Amino acid sequence: MIREMICVSCPIGCALRVELDDGGKVLSVSGNTCKRGEKYAIDECTNPVRMLTSTIRVNGGSLPVMPVKTSKPIPKGKMFDCMKAINNEVVDAPIKMGDVLISNVCDTGADIVATNEM
Amino acid sequence: MQKYDLVVIGGGPAGMAAALKAKECGVKKIIILERAATLGGILEQCIHAGFGLHYFGEELTGPEYAHRFIEQVEQTDIEVKVDTMVLEIRNGNIVVATNAVDGMLELHATAIILAMGCRERPRGALDIPGSRASGIMTAGTAQKYVNIDGYMPGKKIVILGSGDIGLIMARRMTLEGAKVEMVCELMPFSGGLQRNIVQCLEDMGIPLKLSCTVIQTHGIERLEGVTIANVDENRRPIPGTEQYVECDTLLLSVGLIPENELTRMAGIIIDPVTNGAVVDENRQTSRPGIFACGNVLQVHDLVDYVTAESQIAGEGAAAYIRNKPKGRNRYVSVKGRDGVRYVVPQNINENTDKDVKLYFRVADVFRNARIIVESDGKVLYNKKKPKLAPGEMEYVVIKADDIRALEKKELVVRLEVQQ
Repeated sequence: MIREMICVSCPIGCALRVELDDGGKVLSVSGNTCKRGEKYAIDECTNPVRMLTSTIRVNGGSLPVMPVKTSKPIPKGKMFDCMKAINNEVVDAPIKMGDVLISNVCDTGADIVATNEM
Repeated sequence: MQKYDLVVIGGGPAGMAAALKAKECGVKKIIILERAATLGGILEQCIHAGFGLHYFGEELTGPEYAHRFIEQVEQTDIEVKVDTMVLEIRNGNIVVATNAVDGMLELHATAIILAMGCRERPRGALDIPGSRASGIMTAGTAQKYVNIDGYMPGKKIVILGSGDIGLIMARRMTLEGAKVEMVCELMPFSGGLQRNIVQCLEDMGIPLKLSCTVIQTHGIERLEGVTIANVDENRRPIPGTEQYVECDTLLLSVGLIPENELTRMAGIIIDPVTNGAVVDENRQTSRPGIFACGNVLQVHDLVDYVTAESQIAGEGAAAYIRNKPKGRNRYVSVKGRDGVRYVVPQNINENTDKDVKLYFRVADVFRNARIIVESDGKVLYNKKKPKLAPGEMEYVVIKADDIRALEKKELVVRLEVQQ
């Protein structure tokens, strides 16, 4: 199978062509102009991860919601599950930047942490 | 009247970085005037990650990036007045402001730094036919509703314009359960960062329709749908390509305009391309002692560059306060040509002792073009770039020695495109 993607490691945006076998293993990467393109292609085809940022409901704060992020990138396919977990939660003020509000969200190994204070 | 060495107008990333740098350079009495209730500016609602990769070498969210500067400001004796609106700069050195505590304020300043940021182009600037139904707003307004006020302004969304805020909101609203039908972009390319096109649109399965625009909105009380159409090379709708798209919300991400009302009132010369002040390499405007930095000077893609530019302005203001220079500066003028839309700074002191970074934007997408900086036929810089795009600000560094040695007091930044 061939997958085409645009590398986002830098602004050049190389058009990558990734050759995969039936098991999803990367056989070759072409179109990249540097090593980072190859790594990007392999990561995207084998284990794509993303930082997830959102907001969480707050009780007793100066604003109704508090911005949060995952403490590390999570599997791309788990983003909507994590959103559900965040939106089911209400936390109490005061909250400091970096406070863990949900630990090990959806068994990703990542925590949901506050990115502001309130 | 209170006296200050430096009055900084705007407490976003630009104002904070400029004030901190001026403090570091020895300026004593500094005040930051901020219109909103807190420092931080627009970063407070930019909850996504991707800030700080250049400046801090790590990926931060907007509030986290702002917080690092807010903490530093709090550790200094820089005064801060929030909820304070500046109304006028009088005589080039008196800042007139107002707030609910002090009433009217008149601050006498040795130097002033303009750091008011920018605003989104609103619907009124587009002339889209249709009634004033609710549900039509800028992407940044929607961003405030979702990220600060905590509610969703709609369920079925069309986004016009592929600027970064629009792309970010396409993902944000999808994550919160809305259906983003499409992003329409008038131009044949997106003005947003490539990373945002991949991670905000492709990840979420949202189509990006290039050379496409909204030609009509439908609905009287609430938006019910829009008519979109493809456009030709002159950006005119092509008859027969019209398509109705049902939606309750139309987000506009169609450009940012530096907020220069105060600048204009102060009689400062504005660059018609950047819509920001004409500045020298210290970010001093045409009025001595008034400096400008950040998005009020030129719209940036990355806050990291805003910080860098504002530190230049802070350092420049500190030198001005220290030396109180008299007389006119003699400048080398800097111009963009052949695909280079503008260059900042527009002027460089001919006796500069510092290397100067020339920031510029190109007018179109170019592959394997050469960036050339020359003066009167003499080439100072010549380098090939694999890709240049209007959405990515570029810079080149010109050595101070080279600038001082110029015979003709003019620099031109241009592109040479391979056929």
